[in-house]
Amino acid sequence: MSEILKLFKAQASKVAGDLRHRSLIQTALGKYETQRDRRKAAFQSWEEARQVAAETKWEAMRSLDEHLVSFVNKLEARGTRVHWASNGVQARDIILGVIRAKKARCVIKSKAMTAEEIHLNEAMEKEGYEVVESDLGEFIVQLRKEAPYHIVFPAMHLTRDEISDLFHRELGSAQTSDPEELTMIARRALRKKYIAADIGITGANFAIAETGMISITENEGNARLTAALPKTMITLLGIEKVLPRMADLALFLPMLATAGAGQPITCYNSLYGGPRRPGEPDGPEEYHVVLLDNRRTELLADAEQRDALHCIRCGACLNVCPIYRNVGGHTYGTTYSGPIGSVITPHLRGLQDWKHLSAASSLCGACTETCPVKINLHHHLLHNRRNAAAQNPNWIEKTAFRVFGTVMNSLALYRVVRAAARCLQPLHGLVKGGPFDPARAWTKTRELAPVAPKTFREQWKERA
Amino acid sequence: MTERENILGRIREALKTPAPRPGGHAGQDHDSLTASSPARTAAVHAREWLPPVPETAEGQLALFAAHSADLKTDFRTLPDADAFASALRDLAAQLGWKRVASHNGDLTFRATEGLDLPILRVDAGYDVNEMEDCDAGVTECDALVAQTGSVVLTSRSAGGRALSVLPPHHVVLARLSQLVRDLPAAFALLQAKYSYDYPSFMTFITGPSRTGDIERILVLGAHGPKKLTILCADH
Amino acid sequence: MKVTLFIPCFVDLCFPRVGMSMVTILERLGHQVTFHEDVICCGQPAFNSGFWEETRVVARKVLQRLESSEAVVIASGSCGAMMKVFYPEIFDHAPEAPAARALAAKCFEFSEFLVNRLGVTDLGARFPAKVTFHDGCHGLRELGAKKPARALLSRVKDLTLVEMKDAETCCGFGGTFAAKFPMISTAMGEVKCLSAEETGADYIVSNDSSCLMHVQGLLDRQGKKVKTIHLAEILASA
Repeated sequence: MSEILKLFKAQASKVAGDLRHRSLIQTALGKYETQRDRRKAAFQSWEEARQVAAETKWEAMRSLDEHLVSFVNKLEARGTRVHWASNGVQARDIILGVIRAKKARCVIKSKAMTAEEIHLNEAMEKEGYEVVESDLGEFIVQLRKEAPYHIVFPAMHLTRDEISDLFHRELGSAQTSDPEELTMIARRALRKKYIAADIGITGANFAIAETGMISITENEGNARLTAALPKTMITLLGIEKVLPRMADLALFLPMLATAGAGQPITCYNSLYGGPRRPGEPDGPEEYHVVLLDNRRTELLADAEQRDALHCIRCGACLNVCPIYRNVGGHTYGTTYSGPIGSVITPHLRGLQDWKHLSAASSLCGACTETCPVKINLHHHLLHNRRNAAAQNPNWIEKTAFRVFGTVMNSLALYRVVRAAARCLQPLHGLVKGGPFDPARAWTKTRELAPVAPKTFREQWKERA
Repeated sequence: MTERENILGRIREALKTPAPRPGGHAGQDHDSLTASSPARTAAVHAREWLPPVPETAEGQLALFAAHSADLKTDFRTLPDADAFASALRDLAAQLGWKRVASHNGDLTFRATEGLDLPILRVDAGYDVNEMEDCDAGVTECDALVAQTGSVVLTSRSAGGRALSVLPPHHVVLARLSQLVRDLPAAFALLQAKYSYDYPSFMTFITGPSRTGDIERILVLGAHGPKKLTILCADH
Repeated sequence: MKVTLFIPCFVDLCFPRVGMSMVTILERLGHQVTFHEDVICCGQPAFNSGFWEETRVVARKVLQRLESSEAVVIASGSCGAMMKVFYPEIFDHAPEAPAARALAAKCFEFSEFLVNRLGVTDLGARFPAKVTFHDGCHGLRELGAKKPARALLSRVKDLTLVEMKDAETCCGFGGTFAAKFPMISTAMGEVKCLSAEETGADYIVSNDSSCLMHVQGLLDRQGKKVKTIHLAEILASA
């Protein structure tokens, strides 16, 4: 068993049995579900909207090269510096290069999963820059020195009391159990940072090919401040974020909000097309856009799973996933957790190291059902399992399934197995649930259904 | 080769194999899956599936007002643009404003001139610490959206990027004629108005700043304004 | 109509009453029931583990033996999904593709067959108990069969159906998943059992014996009072 898998199993066992965690997540997501269902019902047809959204992203991917060229040309025409990065190292070097050239000291960041993906914060901190996350949830997990728990709700796993303790310890604030007061503590702490920051770094929700603009969706206003006050602004985004036309947002913005947070539309949906223009009173003097591949083109080359690049990072599949809800976001050990993470991580970071995430699923399909852009998520878990087995089969398993195939194709062999099961069943009681039980994985927590005195086949035969 | 060429090359290579149309499933009839017929796109079809909007102007205004109430936006209609000044004076007195930031728009200039307060005019540039001291930012906008209760504004129409997000109270001065029915109409308006030369920043503001990051409990005024007031003048 | 029953291996071995109840019901409705003794398994365990070639070996035999059937009724939503949805996929572009699509077109999960194909909801059954229904994921999402089971239950005399919270949430079985990741599977099952218990129901009903096997296994270990029962057993009772 690989170290990554061992860690996953250990962490999963710990969290899955943690009743406090279970109830915290169920309460948080229960609220989300009620709001989401109400918002979905407001659409004339949510199902049709999903299909149209899926086809729009399909179209975007089908001519991704042309869309990117258009996007970049438009941005550059308005004075934006566009950089292309094939991998995380290149993207980090580009961003560090900009920061160095500006002789900056303090960087303010708004939420960007791509930055997590390339471990940008660590790289900047190593060079001695002060990096502050401005999204409240991200700010909280940054103070705790841990990764976001969820791609949309980074601090969902924490109670207000834990956050109060954290703020008391790290910021010296007075203890409070009022979420509003806690929010105000963060607001006050971060206000100074926005004003002092030399560089603002953001992610992007969409890249509009037609007009050369970045679309950023947020509730708090932290991304808007990040894009308004520092002299230099940098946006890091994956190449798959493309939408062909600005007007496509008319559907995508409400769908993202509905699926992601159960809101009709998010509080701020902003479009950024370049640095401050002549006649505008503020905004960055320099704007850099960094386009990141980081093996997305490998996923693009897999036509069967290409639709995984349609993902708009709404987090809806995490919210409904019973695996995610029971093991929690950190157990995955990946930037992107939940069903979408299980699907794409093997492509982004290696199939053999991350195939267990595709195996750790009951294939219930709740993810696929909820996905606003209709990614065939749970079927892709099956595709990953197939690809992993084909590339590097576990020989014990492969042999077992060969034997299984032979038995299931032969009534005579099947009868032998049935007889054996009957004989061994009484003996099973001696070892049941213990360390010598071959069925221990099942019987440790569950009773095994007994073989019936007369099987269906036997009863059917008696009728004839 | 540059990284741009490398990445575009990999994309072109990958796209040599077409992907099936979404919504289908492998093993189904292939013609329907890989049909080269154009996709149904959001830009064209959004209106058919988005939440419905009444046809009449009164219905749209009522919907905007209902959304505002839900969102905790303070939405008020005024008889005409002359009423902006007194409405602002009332707000200033009621909330004890000491300083206000604004830009030189047709509506904002006249309305703020009557305030007996120091006004930070941002148009020719400003000191961010001074704006941080202001109790409110007063701006104009490009449109109001009935479907969502949103205010659409840009760095050109509303005094840049920070004026509408840095002060703790954002006050929008709008005309009833700026109310559009839905999001597709709002994007069409932006396109018609600016496509010759887009401002560097455009935004849809829907309610005051908010967060649910602590136990999914709604808190207003996370980083942006805690209060959003929309004063909307009939002709 | 001539109806061919597909009885999955675990139903044959552990839950023969479910299969026999289906025979009783279909015959009561005047249909001729046939059963191929040598069609044992749909191959799903191998498929779910990624061994598609080993799956095809089993599936080929199923395709061949059921080729001439008029309608195939499957005693589990999960095996139903395998035959209806995944056979066409594993034989995509293969010589067996037409046969796989033809079989898919005439396969029905049991409750779906009664309601959607035969148009029957009232089977004259009586079952004096309070029950809650668990939607097996494959039947629900791969086959889109949510309404048939409830339509059938609504016509059972003296039966009260109470919906549990998150009726559509997975019970955590997931085939080999239950053995590979028992800690996650068990946690999911516990959540399911708790939701069912909260309704105060005497029985958890489902149209998928695999889910019930998992849930019953947990209930038995925890010494819980609530029992599981397959929909067909209720419909066959008078």
